Amino acid sequence: MKMRTPPGVSAADFAVALQQFRDVVGAQWVFTSDEDLDLYRDAYSPQIGEPEDRVASAAVAPDSVEQVQGVVRIANAFKIPIYPISTGKDLGYGGSAPVLSGCVVLDLKRMNRILEVNEKNAYVLVEPGVSYFDMYRYLKEHGIKLWLDVPDPGWGSLIGNALDRGGGYTMAQFRNHFDAHCGMEVVLANGEVMRTGMGALPKARSWQEYKSGYGPWVDGIFSQSNFGVITKMGFWLMPQPEAYLEAAVYAARYHDLMPLIDILNYVENSRICNGMPDLGSPLLDALQIREYEDFFDHGPAQHDEEYKALLARAEVGYSPELEAYALRRKIPYWSCTLPFYGPPEVIAAQWKAAQARFAAIPGIRFRDKGIMTIPLTPEQEKTVHLPDVGIPSLKLFSIGARTRFNPTPSHGHMWFSPIIPRNGEAVIEVNRVFAKVLKDLNVAIISPFVLPACYWERAFMYIFALPVTEDPAANKRSREAFLRLIRIAADHGWGEYRTAPFYQDAVADVYSFGDHALRRFNETIKDAIDPNGIISPGRYGIWPRHLRRERT
Amino acid sequence: MMRHGALAWMTCAGLLAAAAAAAGDAVPAQGRQVFDKWCAPCHAPGTEHPGTRALDAKYDGRLPAALEARKDLSADMVKLFVRRGISIMPFFRKTEISDAELEALAAYLSTPRAGSRAD
Repeated sequence: MKMRTPPGVSAADFAVALQQFRDVVGAQWVFTSDEDLDLYRDAYSPQIGEPEDRVASAAVAPDSVEQVQGVVRIANAFKIPIYPISTGKDLGYGGSAPVLSGCVVLDLKRMNRILEVNEKNAYVLVEPGVSYFDMYRYLKEHGIKLWLDVPDPGWGSLIGNALDRGGGYTMAQFRNHFDAHCGMEVVLANGEVMRTGMGALPKARSWQEYKSGYGPWVDGIFSQSNFGVITKMGFWLMPQPEAYLEAAVYAARYHDLMPLIDILNYVENSRICNGMPDLGSPLLDALQIREYEDFFDHGPAQHDEEYKALLARAEVGYSPELEAYALRRKIPYWSCTLPFYGPPEVIAAQWKAAQARFAAIPGIRFRDKGIMTIPLTPEQEKTVHLPDVGIPSLKLFSIGARTRFNPTPSHGHMWFSPIIPRNGEAVIEVNRVFAKVLKDLNVAIISPFVLPACYWERAFMYIFALPVTEDPAANKRSREAFLRLIRIAADHGWGEYRTAPFYQDAVADVYSFGDHALRRFNETIKDAIDPNGIISPGRYGIWPRHLRRERT
Repeated sequence: MMRHGALAWMTCAGLLAAAAAAAGDAVPAQGRQVFDKWCAPCHAPGTEHPGTRALDAKYDGRLPAALEARKDLSADMVKLFVRRGISIMPFFRKTEISDAELEALAAYLSTPRAGSRAD
């Protein structure tokens, strides 16, 4: 077998470095065979099966921060690029593969310790290998009354997801996983260990209880970057609420979308409603994310010929005739789910207050599933979207997988995920722009109108899925479509919040204000704190000086 | 790397396991723990689980949709899919499921069981 080598590193040097890695972590935790390294590809790679698909030259799996320091020092001495992963489950955004082919993947999965759980003040301190399932099982097994905010599907790492700035479902202060962190430990490229926030105080008593510490709050530069190896992070969790209520509002007319979203913003930003809202269109078959499980069971809605004819003539989901059809048949144009967490008497009052605000829209209708006290019974758990109640789930993997209504499963997907202003006009503009582009590009979407998939505190996020197939030509067309979507979105002022390695340079390219001032700033930091450019070259478009020619 | 499609499933489906019988009871017990941790969220009984849903659609009653109810899985077949993945299911690294844990999982899923949870 021919040994793979990292770019710019001689085979002789690499052989010495590999032996030193083995001395640090143990021979069984240094992987070099093709068979083992195939497990460090991106399972959903847009270049799957192509010669350019990203591969590792080796993988090293330390078990402690001291071992991470040892590996990083060796890599720095030999100028070997390394690529840290937490659990490697960032599927759709890169998986466990490095951005730069030939990196040594630093696999932190074995560092899976839950170091502290403080129930009284609702925080945890964990290592990168701790998954949401690990954390959930620990809380449940120990009867700890704290809730996780989980992404969906929820099998990644708390740290990895937060560093990629993933999100979940519950209250806004927990839904943004990076915002919910408190304190981190970082191994820098020279092997030093640094702690942020109160952790910089050697005798710190509140590392996970006060976020910013003293002086510049540097935590942010370690997310979506390549400035260090994160070995610990604290997170604030949500105290288990006394009760949960899933309620919904239904609006009858197309142009109700504008006041609906304006009121939604007010009730959420005022914390009248405190869970993640979710918009849908019963008329246009635009599913709320919470409705997908029903879709997997029952497939797409069936429509009569009149509806099909009206929809074909509608523009951006609207015509007066289509609206009249909906009014006649009492099919709402829009729906919006509103989750509430808190004491039963409080959330009953919150829901009542929310209804009073939404009542400004003529014809608005309301529904709720009734207040459920926590913990839910197993039967109640079957009636809710599990991430809404802090339970990790993989059910959403049925998107793209084989179902009775999808006989041709894909081999993965690439997420195109732009951030969009949180108002009705933007939602309609997104549909106007992307409907044309997707049609031109021959990209199929599920419904004739697309609504946000995720709801940040002040912004919407859309997620368009482009399938990964076994056909390289089809994947090439999808990649070209994706690159075009990035540019068209940017022309309209919409930028991706996160993207797979193949697209990271292209997305960084459009964040170009001031002749790429932000990227130049990032690369100035990169060159200062990692002069040999060993940590994750190219991640999120940040390249060390000697590799900037690699930028695609 | 191209992942295996339907042909691999059909080819392997005829193989029967022998290794598990010699492995003793401890190995399948460990294998069940591995299954519960790594496989159950997608492959537990019930078509709300995406793996079970996919196999329900694929076999349409010709074979059980839940892996623990299958009596035709060979150890090699289990190992192949864990290390290669299929469709939306990714492969699993050795830091997630070690070779020893995979042996136990393969033994567990390839050992015919009376009164399995999925029966």
